Amino acid sequence: MQNETRSLWPHKDLLDVDQLSKDELLHLLDTAAQFHEINRRPVKKVPTLKGKSVILFFAEPSTRTKTSFDVAGKRLSADTFSLAKSGSSLQKGESLKDTALTLEAMNPDVLVIRHSSSGAARFLAERLACGVVNAGDGWHAHPTQALLDCYSLRQVWGDTFEGRTLCILGDIAHSRVARSNVKLLTSLGVRVRLCAPRTLLPAGVGNWPVEVFTDLDAAVRDADAVMCLRLQLERQQAGLLPDLREYSNRYCLTPRRLELAKPEARVLHPGPMNRGLEIASSIADAPASLVLDQVAAGVATRMAILFLLATRTDGGR
Amino acid sequence: MSDILFLRNARLLGTPVDLIARDGVIAAIGEHGTLDTPADATVHDAGGLILFPSFIDAHVHLREPGFEYKEDIASGLDAAAHGGFGAVMCMANTRPVNDDAAVTRHIIETALRHWPHGPRVYPVGAATVGLKGTELAPMAELAAAGCAAFSNDGAPVPDTEMFRRAVEYAADLGRVVIDHCEDPYLAKGAHMNEGATSGRVGVKGQPDVGEALHVARDILLADYLGLPIHLAHISCRRSVELIAWAKVRGVPVTAETCPHYLILDDTALENYDTNAKVNPPLRTPDDVAALREAVKSGVIDMFVTDHAPHAAHEKETPLDEAPNGISGLDTAVALTWGLVREGLLTEGDLVRLWNREPARVFGLPRNGFEPGDPADFFLFDPDEAWVVSRETMHSKSCNTPFLGHTLTGRVKAHWMDGRRIA
Repeated sequence: MQNETRSLWPHKDLLDVDQLSKDELLHLLDTAAQFHEINRRPVKKVPTLKGKSVILFFAEPSTRTKTSFDVAGKRLSADTFSLAKSGSSLQKGESLKDTALTLEAMNPDVLVIRHSSSGAARFLAERLACGVVNAGDGWHAHPTQALLDCYSLRQVWGDTFEGRTLCILGDIAHSRVARSNVKLLTSLGVRVRLCAPRTLLPAGVGNWPVEVFTDLDAAVRDADAVMCLRLQLERQQAGLLPDLREYSNRYCLTPRRLELAKPEARVLHPGPMNRGLEIASSIADAPASLVLDQVAAGVATRMAILFLLATRTDGGR
Repeated sequence: MSDILFLRNARLLGTPVDLIARDGVIAAIGEHGTLDTPADATVHDAGGLILFPSFIDAHVHLREPGFEYKEDIASGLDAAAHGGFGAVMCMANTRPVNDDAAVTRHIIETALRHWPHGPRVYPVGAATVGLKGTELAPMAELAAAGCAAFSNDGAPVPDTEMFRRAVEYAADLGRVVIDHCEDPYLAKGAHMNEGATSGRVGVKGQPDVGEALHVARDILLADYLGLPIHLAHISCRRSVELIAWAKVRGVPVTAETCPHYLILDDTALENYDTNAKVNPPLRTPDDVAALREAVKSGVIDMFVTDHAPHAAHEKETPLDEAPNGISGLDTAVALTWGLVREGLLTEGDLVRLWNREPARVFGLPRNGFEPGDPADFFLFDPDEAWVVSRETMHSKSCNTPFLGHTLTGRVKAHWMDGRRIA
């Protein structure tokens, strides 16, 4: 497996999904499936990354993603260290460059970064020798989320992504989840629809390989899956929306609306959910919901990513 | 060193010439081989290099007083001298702001102390106190101290009434107001142009209509008032089309653009290159094409650099934390020479865009090649290739997206008042 891994995994960093070839993607998903099995055992720990260190540098608030990476690292026996923005020297005015160089001087094998600036993960990857995993940079990319979404859908769809229809619903303009998912799913032949009020659609979306809707009923009709995005409440304050009640009336995924999709349609949400705002509570808890499967898939997928990055150079050492 | 310079075998608009400068002015110019070498002249053989009149840059930021870690007057003028510029107009967004005659005098005196023969500095005074856009600056005092124009560059005036009064008051003093055209609401929080690239890379953009809206406002005001307004660093097709319309109607507006808007588009920010972050932002290939036509046709009157130096540590950040600005004095002439090499412009166009028009619009002393003109000129090697780097730049800062690029064409010698300054 080691030799195969090296030949299939040439990347020092994971910055976005479009750096992955189809073969690399499948290899990553297959690796995640193996780790998923570990997560179901009574003893959920393997020594694979013993002696490796993973720094979790979350310069933006996050509980779910950070915990997911933390669990993933620990289950592989890697040492994980967390650094948040509050209480760190970043808050004292240290530049991102200096924080990064300081962390690297501690010789981690992998640095996981979450940052509010688009391009922040690339900024670090260009300057650091260790592997860098983008755990979300601004509005730009969230590759591990897209990979875990893909993993979750693969559990339902198998390897037949071609010709499926997935509707992403909500604040596309400010969503790194949407950007990475559009890239990944369209590369697998999924027909992606985006649905949002025009004020929450990105500039130039007309050139994306997607269909764009502003009407929810039309967007979900005959879809194989619907992905709801979290609405950040500050969008209303920024003048992009009249009020949350109106948003909910127009864009909340309700049981009635989900009936327009295929009977077997699944629902995804990257979390955390605003129940009743972008997704009806009954849908979040319904059998069609993959929300908790996504969480489990997140751990397995991140285990695979940490494994592939941290063992990449072993052969050369 | 004698006060007589004999410059032999330079090429002026294609013609080999010899030139005699005496006591700081051009005494004689004639076809190569037709002038006798004066007895006690310093002779410089130009070896067939191109002879240009010292260029004028009507839009720079010299950063002094207040931001000397980015640039100071001495280093900015060093970049100007070696870049082919004999005159620069420096914007008022220093600390303190140049809204007080004492600041104006400080700038002019500092320049003269370091560079007594030039490059010359013509400060642009603040149009409003503190660039705040709420009270008129004491423009008469500023003009008397040496301000050549007025502007709120860097902090556009959203209050059209205030802007109108600034234009009127400045006109009484024979000064033009330079407007940084930007709708502050549409541009709020933006780090690049709004368009396909910004949507893809997930960065907040500002639409070109924000610039064009204020261009339209200024054109209508200039028409209504019958007074001149100069439009700073035009970056997009929409603005160009409005300016073309205004000029057909005889509205007294003039406009400038910068080399980077003619060469780069917003895809330069695809990898979050902070050195390509500038305001107004780099636009689209279609805007680049429109601006190229506009400088050729004269719809855009002049080139400027908008030289905006920033220290290395300020630009070595994520894109949304970096300040706007490109350091331009060192590279501008070579970049625009590239447009001559491409066949878009001629040598004569460069003289028009970099010298004749800025002198006309802002009433600066003319420097051509008539006997009696100041002996301000430089020699330019049209074929020398050089790499833009920290070492080849004279500015204190090297925040340019052209870093590492090989440019063709280089300033080889520069005289002002007949004295060698670079």
